[in-house]
Amino acid sequence: MTDLTQLTLTEAREGLAGKHFTAVELAEAHLAAIEAARALNAYVLETPEQALAMAKAADARLARGEAGRLEGIPIGVKDLFATEGVRTTASSRILGNFVPTYESTVTSQLWRDGAVMLGKLNNDEFAMGSSNETSAFGPVVNPFLPANWSAEKGKAALGGDKKGLLVPGGSSGGSSAAVAAHLCLGATATDTGGSIRQPAAFTGTVGIKPTYGRCSRWGIVAFASSLDQAGPIAKTVRDCAALMTSMAGHDPKDSTSVDVAVPDFEAAIGRSVAGKTIGIPREYRVEGMPAEIEALWKKGADMLRAAGARIVDVSLPHTKYALPAYYIVAPAEASSNLARYDGVRYGLRVPGKDITDLYEQTRAQGFGREVKRRIMIGTYVLSAGYYDAYYLRAQKIRTLIKKDFEDVYAAGVDAILTPATPSAAFGIAEMADADPVQMYLNDIFTVTVNMAGLPGLALPGGTDASGLPLGLQLIGRPFDEETLFSLGAVIEDQAGRVTAARWW
Amino acid sequence: MSVDAATVRRIARLSRIALPEQDVPVMQAEINAILGFVEQLGEVNVDGVEPMTSVTPMALKMRDDVVTDGEKAGKVTANAPQSEDHYFLVPKVVE
Repeated sequence: MTDLTQLTLTEAREGLAGKHFTAVELAEAHLAAIEAARALNAYVLETPEQALAMAKAADARLARGEAGRLEGIPIGVKDLFATEGVRTTASSRILGNFVPTYESTVTSQLWRDGAVMLGKLNNDEFAMGSSNETSAFGPVVNPFLPANWSAEKGKAALGGDKKGLLVPGGSSGGSSAAVAAHLCLGATATDTGGSIRQPAAFTGTVGIKPTYGRCSRWGIVAFASSLDQAGPIAKTVRDCAALMTSMAGHDPKDSTSVDVAVPDFEAAIGRSVAGKTIGIPREYRVEGMPAEIEALWKKGADMLRAAGARIVDVSLPHTKYALPAYYIVAPAEASSNLARYDGVRYGLRVPGKDITDLYEQTRAQGFGREVKRRIMIGTYVLSAGYYDAYYLRAQKIRTLIKKDFEDVYAAGVDAILTPATPSAAFGIAEMADADPVQMYLNDIFTVTVNMAGLPGLALPGGTDASGLPLGLQLIGRPFDEETLFSLGAVIEDQAGRVTAARWW
Repeated sequence: MSVDAATVRRIARLSRIALPEQDVPVMQAEINAILGFVEQLGEVNVDGVEPMTSVTPMALKMRDDVVTDGEKAGKVTANAPQSEDHYFLVPKVVE
């Protein structure tokens, strides 16, 4: 039998429907692959018993002809999603051995449709990071090897300090690495400033951050509530659309979840894009952008033009202010959201001489450096005397950023094409001594989309000279993810997939 | 704008994060790097611009003001580091 982990979600669904293999066999193949890839550190918790029980139930429903749209499809879950009875940590020491007594809405919808849980995936602590290196469980290794590295050299580094191996992006680095390394057929992820799209770009996978309000945030560990959105990472555009169809939908338990109908996003694949107007924003041509990224961007535009789309230059004048404004808004919301980790109700408790000391010691030992710094920045910009100068000003600039997009869409643009990231994947520990702003620049092309609440799809557009994946980003109108899937499929058809050969 | 060491200590206190004295200079440098980066927002003319309150134009839904949840103290305290009879235990707060 062929290696079932190499299949796409779509192929696996056809194979299950055609009775070429069972959901149990599919789950077993993935569990074996996960075990053999433990050194990549993509999974922080494996749930083989649950996976096999869910697969068995899926096989029974398949046999009865009652299959859901994802029946028997094994997926990984970012450890930011609360899973009932299964440890959920946000990759932070402060949650310790937290075991939720409830299930997040997004994951419950995936199980409703027959998906099978393989385990929980690594991520940057509380989704704060762009390399998965802030995780309390340690870094995740990108399944793509650095330029000119042999498999032997890769294996040796994997058994050692991992230095030189590449990061899978972040914060959804476990999700992107697991999909790229064939350790699941798709994964849940979350995106606050680029945490789905940047990891997808670094690993040759496809990820979408839906419109704000499309997916329920209920049961997802909160980082910055006005920016957080859940979405899938998958091997292909169609697989991504299939997962998204299950994950999306109104939820009364999230007051910001929008009550609009959820289309079958897969139906958008193969739809003609002839006559669509695609904007190329001049402000994304940033100083020092590698020629390879510039070339990739042009190639992406050519592919869409070849399919009949019209390419126009557009201007989004406030683009450069999105990242600094984000680094006020996101930490401000984080400082408030993370106030709940007090050592009293759940998670880690470090004893203190009084209640304040208990809070301070618990939070000092429970949070990592990046998280502490962001909480402190957020506390500062919200404090008396600084609120107007920082927070209020940032929220006004956010209004201007959103208006930039509204103006472009009002002028008849259907979607916007940009690079997903300013570079290919970098090395583990490479940024350790850089100041925090250098790491933040990873999100320069993606963060605008969160600030404006828009949908953004990242997909591979090609590779750099050393074979590392480079990603393109398509930005859409609010609630028009369908156009992004149609356009993405056109690019995927021409650019092809970018996959990593197994060396670990 | 930049912060001095005393301000860093004050923010740590407000954040309820114990910050050992030897960590203050590093945290101060990092916070100042970020504050330096966001300083460029001062260039933008924001006169007459409304601050964003909701990224999607929607009216928040209202529901009937009735109890919809509860009667699960066991579940609520299940993950508590210390609890007794469905109460969270903390160090003595009132003398």
